[in-house]
Amino acid sequence: MRDLFRGELVRLTLEEPETRARAEVQWQRDTEFHRLADGDPALLNSERKIKEWFEKQAEEGFKPDRYSFSVRTLEEDRYIGFLGLWVDLIHSEAWVGIGIGEREFWSRGYGTDMMKLCQQYVFAELCMERLSLGLHEYNARALRSYEKCGFRLEGRTRQEVMREGRRTDVLWMGILREEWLQMQNGDGK
Amino acid sequence: MLDIQSQLFESADLRLGPIDHEKDPQVESQWTHDSDFMRLMETNPARPLSAAMIKKQYEKLEKQIEEDKNLFHFMIHSRADDRLIGKAMIQWIEWTNSNGWIRLGIGAAEDRRKGFGTQALQMLLRFAFAELNLFRVTAMVPEYNDGAIALLRKFGFVQEVCRRSALERDGRRWDLYVFGLLNEEWRSRSRAQEER
Repeated sequence: MRDLFRGELVRLTLEEPETRARAEVQWQRDTEFHRLADGDPALLNSERKIKEWFEKQAEEGFKPDRYSFSVRTLEEDRYIGFLGLWVDLIHSEAWVGIGIGEREFWSRGYGTDMMKLCQQYVFAELCMERLSLGLHEYNARALRSYEKCGFRLEGRTRQEVMREGRRTDVLWMGILREEWLQMQNGDGK
Repeated sequence: MLDIQSQLFESADLRLGPIDHEKDPQVESQWTHDSDFMRLMETNPARPLSAAMIKKQYEKLEKQIEEDKNLFHFMIHSRADDRLIGKAMIQWIEWTNSNGWIRLGIGAAEDRRKGFGTQALQMLLRFAFAELNLFRVTAMVPEYNDGAIALLRKFGFVQEVCRRSALERDGRRWDLYVFGLLNEEWRSRSRAQEER
């Protein structure tokens, strides 16, 4: 069987509420990171508030449509980011959001490795038909990584987001289960 | 001239209004018993709902409108007999990015293909662009909803995204289209129509 939680550079974990809160408080200060990952305004939440959210999640358990992971590097065991899934069981589709809060791990293949683990989880464990994501057009690094993972660009909602007084597009991407399977077979040979 | 004389919530045959908690649940309950309508309107599984359940939904909806402040909801009535014929809304508004998602439905099959959708969408877009001042609106439509696609195209919506195989119904997968219309596109079309 495949190891679902171990890639070539990273592994998937779920860190404790206090660990996650401590990291989030640091990561949210980096507004470039926020603006690459999100379309909402940048916010500065207190460590206590963030911890409360994670504690509530730990108490109540995940909702059936939510899967979230923390991400650690294999080499130094550094906690560097997160991976979250929203799952539509009826139409067999998952949406993913990923982020690497520790900047020194940008542009080094960690995101691509995270996304490959994500695809494996979505198609091999959750048995979804489709995996979707959205990204800002100015996030060229993410676009390259997702293309490398086999996502297809399915369109762009024009000028959907306003950043620094300029309108920018949101890109929509998707990969189907059969496309992922084909890639797996191709890689194996 | 600043056109505040012409009414936002009235067209030739229709009127947009608030929820009537006494009368509307019965009518909307009937719509939910029509699976064709539900599958055009929703991607959630179609299921018949009693008037009592619709009533609860309305209460939840009004609470959400009050708390979230990013949703506008209208009941569509025919002016001739004041009958409830459909509903329209602008939801998930992101104020910082100035965009919102529109939805529109004409409930009873016999009320469709009579131009009501066109009149209702015209009012909804004027509300979105000239009252809320949104920069753009977005609509999500399954590939099998020919009526909605034709209506959106008529108003100049551009098909921006094709989410391949994103929906499963009747044992097969369907694409889900995302359509967008910018305020400036709507405005220049409206101007051109006035001049004609």
